Amino acid sequence: MEYFIQQLINGLTLGGMYALIALGYTMVYGVIQLINFAHGEFFAAGGYVGAIALAYFAGVGYMDSHPVICLTASFMIAMAYCAYLAVGVEKIAYKPLRKQSRLAALLSALGMSIFLSNGMMLTQGVYDKVYPSELFQGRFDFGMVTISYLQIMIVSLTACLLVGLNLLVFKTKIGMAMRATAQDKTMSALVAIGSNRIISLTFAIGAGLAAAAGIMYGLYYGSVKYDMGFVPGIKAFAAAVLGGIGNITGAMIGGLIIGMVEIFGAGYISGEYKDVFAFIILIGVLYFKPTGIMGENIDDTRV
Amino acid sequence: MIQEFKKVWKQYTIGMLWLLGLLWPMLGIHADGTLTFQKTVTVWSYLLAGTFVCLLIYVLNTSGYLKFVVDPISRTTGKIKSATSALPNWMWFTLVLVLALIYPQLAGRYGTDVAINVLLYICLGLGLNVVVGLAGMLDLGYIAFYGVGAYTYAILNVTYGLAFWVCLPISALTACIAGCIVGYPTLRMRGDYLAIVTLGFGEIIRIILNNWMTLTNGPNGILGVKPIGIYWPIFENGFTFEHLWVKKLQLFYYFALGLAIVVAIGVKHLNFSRVGRAWESIREDETAAELMGVNTFIYKLLAYAMGAVFAGMAGAFFAARMKFVSPESFTFLESAMVLCMVVLGGMGSIPGIILGVLALIALPEVFRQFDSYRMLIFGATMIIMMLFRPSGLIPAKRVGTRSEEKEG
Repeated sequence: MEYFIQQLINGLTLGGMYALIALGYTMVYGVIQLINFAHGEFFAAGGYVGAIALAYFAGVGYMDSHPVICLTASFMIAMAYCAYLAVGVEKIAYKPLRKQSRLAALLSALGMSIFLSNGMMLTQGVYDKVYPSELFQGRFDFGMVTISYLQIMIVSLTACLLVGLNLLVFKTKIGMAMRATAQDKTMSALVAIGSNRIISLTFAIGAGLAAAAGIMYGLYYGSVKYDMGFVPGIKAFAAAVLGGIGNITGAMIGGLIIGMVEIFGAGYISGEYKDVFAFIILIGVLYFKPTGIMGENIDDTRV
Repeated sequence: MIQEFKKVWKQYTIGMLWLLGLLWPMLGIHADGTLTFQKTVTVWSYLLAGTFVCLLIYVLNTSGYLKFVVDPISRTTGKIKSATSALPNWMWFTLVLVLALIYPQLAGRYGTDVAINVLLYICLGLGLNVVVGLAGMLDLGYIAFYGVGAYTYAILNVTYGLAFWVCLPISALTACIAGCIVGYPTLRMRGDYLAIVTLGFGEIIRIILNNWMTLTNGPNGILGVKPIGIYWPIFENGFTFEHLWVKKLQLFYYFALGLAIVVAIGVKHLNFSRVGRAWESIREDETAAELMGVNTFIYKLLAYAMGAVFAGMAGAFFAARMKFVSPESFTFLESAMVLCMVVLGGMGSIPGIILGVLALIALPEVFRQFDSYRMLIFGATMIIMMLFRPSGLIPAKRVGTRSEEKEG
């Protein structure tokens, strides 16, 4: 039983990160019906910028005196950087292809993904970038179950970001504009919603969330690598599909389920095949219920 | 010209400043608490100069200042084109074939090695072309079938001692079965889901190869795969056959060339057969194809299976040549590279794909000092091709004419 609860907590931590990445996929897909292959690279870039910023703060010496401020600043910097990156990527690689065939946009996205991950490799080196481990050393012990401070931080920050995103999308005017653009670009343009701007904004928000997940991943596992965006990217995509692509609540639930399945699969079935479970879920969902558990939020415009 | 330039300079400036902002945090912030600008600015100014030259040429071209250069070039290329198209196709084939046959005599060991690589990738590219170019389904796990073919030969050869020529059809068959297993559940999906699911399947196959210790020896791979064996007739003391191992690189080159030719002819015949027309109709409009009585499911499955068969055969050759297989040869990046070749050359066009493979395998060998930039350039190539020339370097010839082409 203790083992089960321990795994539940680990799964919650991992699932929260997947949910944050999955949101970017699902939001972009909702607005322009494109699988953004480069999204995993936004996640990796966030992890990198976070590592760079934390190392810089440690080098200057602020890390010892104000750890919380430094961590917050790193999150801010990484999220801003990835938002900035995503807007640039969208303008170069996706916007000119919006009228072209699906295959063209998809291939362009794939090329962008390879380009970005290799760009990171060339600028930052092939080796792992280490995160400082002295942050969040403590842990709570409840008998056999332990919860580290880091896990609490990750879960609570994830929850805050998810709630914030929900408020943004469902309660504000910008969110209303985003939902309108996702439903019908022409009609929303008629009521004076600039679709280009909304699409850029969607990319920026999605990439910002992925960057936050990237830093959490780095803190949780201790290091980041240039190609680390690939596998979590596919798993997060599986989460987005599981929840019903285009559906924001679905992506959150899907991310949690994928995280849980991975942790429990690794714990009870086989650790070596842990990456396989997410793919099997993805294939199973697409085969039996392609609209996902929460249903797709957009009209079926695909052929 | 000034007016033309005015239109683009603003976008260009914003773009380059944006790039500077993206580069600086990656290059300029250091762990010892210092900030530098020099390296960023150096890299950036190279990029600035390069893109500025491209932009200048583009602007000059659109405003017609380069007519004195462009017009003669286009006239000469037009002349060359008309002269070459006057020659019958078979002359071209003979020319290429003769060049390919005498190549190992001219090139050294290293050149032959690269050429074998090129030939195997041509087989892979042509196989993927069946799936992506003809049937229009994006397959991102294609390299897995190559892996299945390679492992089939390696396991059968090392464990049971079966000969290459027995294993070649078995490799093709297992790859075909793997293709059907992957294809059957995925083909009901819509285009872009298919891409990600094939990616997932490719990863699953790689993970299985990596972890099934008893069968595949895990990440260590399988050592000691035998090369191709042939029976060579000798005429001393009557007429007997001697068993030979194809160990010499030059000899292996001819086998790879033979495989590439078989695959190329096979793909060409598939393309211009009833099956090829069915694939093309599915690619252009699946619903319309189904209405016209094309059994889309069977044909899509067939496309998968055919692509997998070609990859499986190439895989068996790969195993025989390397004498070693390990899961590391079959990663997603390999799939992406083969896809990049198909895209660069022109989806659906056989000479295009051969050109694409030459460009992406042979050119990096020439520019060895830029080896670390290889994948970066692959990615950029894919984007640039999609932006400026989506049909590839040598676009495929279409079987019929389409209504919009007639109008235009």
